[in-house]
Amino acid sequence: MRSLLHPSCEIKAMSRLWFDARFRSYLWQSLIMLAFLATVTWLTANTLDNLVRRGIQTGFGFLSRPARFPIAEGFLAYDPTNPYLKAFAVGLLNTLYISMIVIVVATAFGFCIGLGRRSLNPLVRGLASCFVETMRNTPLVVQLLFWYALLTIGLPAPRAALEPMPGLFLSLRGLFFPWPIVEGGSGLFGSALLLGSAMALRAFAWQACLGRPKRRSPPLCAGLGGLAILLLGLTVWASDIRISLDQPVLRGFNFTGGATLTPEFMALVVGLVLYTAAFVAEIVRGGIDAVPKGQWEGGRALGLREEHILWLIVVPQALRIIVPPMTSQFLNVVKNTTLALAVGYPDFASVMATTINQTGQAIEGVLILMSVYLAISLSVSTFMNWYNRRMMLVTR
Amino acid sequence: MTTASNLPLEPIADAGDNAVLALRPPARRKAPIAQVLFGTIGNTLLTLATAAILLAAVPRLIQWGILDSIWTATDGSACREASGACWAFLRAKFRQILFGIYPPDQQWRPLLAVTMLFCVILYSLPPRNWDRFLVFLWCIAVACFLVLMQGGVLGLTLVPTAYWGGLPVTLILAVSALGIGFPFGVILALGRRSALPVPRILSVGLIEVIRGLPLVSLLFMSSIMLPIMLPEGLTIDKLARAGVALTIFSAAYLAEVVRGGLQAIPEGQAEAARALGLSWVDTIRQVILPQALQKVIPPLTNTVIVMVKNTALVLVVGLFDLLSSGKAALADPSWPSPFAETYLFIAMIYFVICFGISRYSLYLERRAAAGQVR
Repeated sequence: MRSLLHPSCEIKAMSRLWFDARFRSYLWQSLIMLAFLATVTWLTANTLDNLVRRGIQTGFGFLSRPARFPIAEGFLAYDPTNPYLKAFAVGLLNTLYISMIVIVVATAFGFCIGLGRRSLNPLVRGLASCFVETMRNTPLVVQLLFWYALLTIGLPAPRAALEPMPGLFLSLRGLFFPWPIVEGGSGLFGSALLLGSAMALRAFAWQACLGRPKRRSPPLCAGLGGLAILLLGLTVWASDIRISLDQPVLRGFNFTGGATLTPEFMALVVGLVLYTAAFVAEIVRGGIDAVPKGQWEGGRALGLREEHILWLIVVPQALRIIVPPMTSQFLNVVKNTTLALAVGYPDFASVMATTINQTGQAIEGVLILMSVYLAISLSVSTFMNWYNRRMMLVTR
Repeated sequence: MTTASNLPLEPIADAGDNAVLALRPPARRKAPIAQVLFGTIGNTLLTLATAAILLAAVPRLIQWGILDSIWTATDGSACREASGACWAFLRAKFRQILFGIYPPDQQWRPLLAVTMLFCVILYSLPPRNWDRFLVFLWCIAVACFLVLMQGGVLGLTLVPTAYWGGLPVTLILAVSALGIGFPFGVILALGRRSALPVPRILSVGLIEVIRGLPLVSLLFMSSIMLPIMLPEGLTIDKLARAGVALTIFSAAYLAEVVRGGLQAIPEGQAEAARALGLSWVDTIRQVILPQALQKVIPPLTNTVIVMVKNTALVLVVGLFDLLSSGKAALADPSWPSPFAETYLFIAMIYFVICFGISRYSLYLERRAAAGQVR
């Protein structure tokens, strides 16, 4: 009797365990974890195996070796004898520079287009809609290549360069324009400029300029601005600084002197700005549509003018809806700058692609590439989340 | 009531027994066109600026695209002399742009394959066709597509994927990335919503890492690292590698869309299903997912558009999709390389597909909204 009872009791205990929710969850989770770890181990083992077989040395030692490839443009002084690390820094600065320009310009432009789509003026509305639909429904790479082709094939050679304004030359080698050169007393001038701009910013943000309409005081504001300019002028006068304009001059087959925007840079910026602006416009339109109609009607009942209703009542409320999708749009801009590869602008991804091709250090290259973009993405989203918290409706 | 009788009071349509009298907002008068265009100083300036842009651009575009353009020419000499667009180039090269370097005598095969795929896509548009048969039809269609393109059986000559190009590559990449990515996306979304920490953390990690990376870097990774990560003897061709990257990418984005749908389902649905004794799998499969997916169909079409556009990025790993085939066609030295015309043509193909999908999504949204009003 006892020997018969024993196994059934055991089955009961086991079935109780089997139907125990906590036990089951542990079981499932350990199975998933096991499968995940097994896959990772398998891939890593294969990789190590293949690396040994192909005789590929891994490690980050190559970073300090000379890069031996030129980079067409950048902010840091760079030549091919510099190490790879320096080349990465040049590429990274280019990526950040392009992203920043595109984010600022595309946000402003897209905001106008978005408002244009809700304009009462049918001409403006139609043009804005056409623009948005065209940009959103074609791939960005095709647009970039199109702009690049227009800027390199569509424009004349430097000898016959277009001159839309005196001193401004547009040719297939890029846009050339005069650039001020500051000589002497650079340290003093720089610090004065920095101090002056900081003061001007603070003054502008001060109640006198940006406060509530009643507190705003235009004379005081203008006075502050005048003082800043006067200080700047005094510094320039006091410290024998010579400021001259460096004019671009046609010499041989190309222009020298002045400052240049290369066709690659222009194609990338124009393409990214127009493409991003279309998406920003849709976000802005969505935000404005999401503000209840009653807000407009309330404003009208108070006798406000339409543009005052828009700027003082609707836009501040729309901003709360606009900010989160805008964050992902800004992240997209950073990610989309990698398409610089298609037009040949040396951003971080294309410097990395060249490096991988040259050294064969694929794993390290891809790892650096991914961690850099992840780091940028994370910092942009952290900043935008902070901004979002500031913009959020504070209730009680 | 005496004062109210003068006002436009009427019962609100479906308030039932508790009919309330409500004041309708006054109808807005439609402003006359002259006032809309020139009513205020700001508006006049806007109108003039827009008109100036149109007047500057439209005649030039007509001059370039129609009046001065070359439509028929056998070689590039006529285009070299003309100042307008060289549409003759597209006439001469459209087979190369659409089908890449696929053997010319076999190009009826990609044509047939693409036509078949478009027919299946058209068949799947009306919501009443959404059933099990459609899934089956898609599997058959993709299999037929691959057999037609690859050949090697049924008396068709073998054409390796290295010779595929143009529209078929774009379409098969988009279809496979979305089709294979979707189930993975659903699994990732369920994992992210799971109460268990292990699947949740894994899903969140995967989704966020992939969404934080540019697609270009994923394409690089799969084209460079995938061959190293697989055991010896197992090779994977270029097209499949790009397909893997696009699939992973679309899975992460689809997962976020599906998660939106899952979050919109009230907790009570899952609780009721559990109370009825349904298992977890049945709860998800029969109660949660049908409702969640119904809700996210419009945003899903957005992801479809994004993925169709993203296939153009395979350019960076040297695959001949529509865009790269166009670039290859431009390399012919006997023509004056009409870049703008070619890119406009390619952009137009993408535009037709993507704009079509976005209009379709609007139709679906209106249909869903109509279902809400009873």
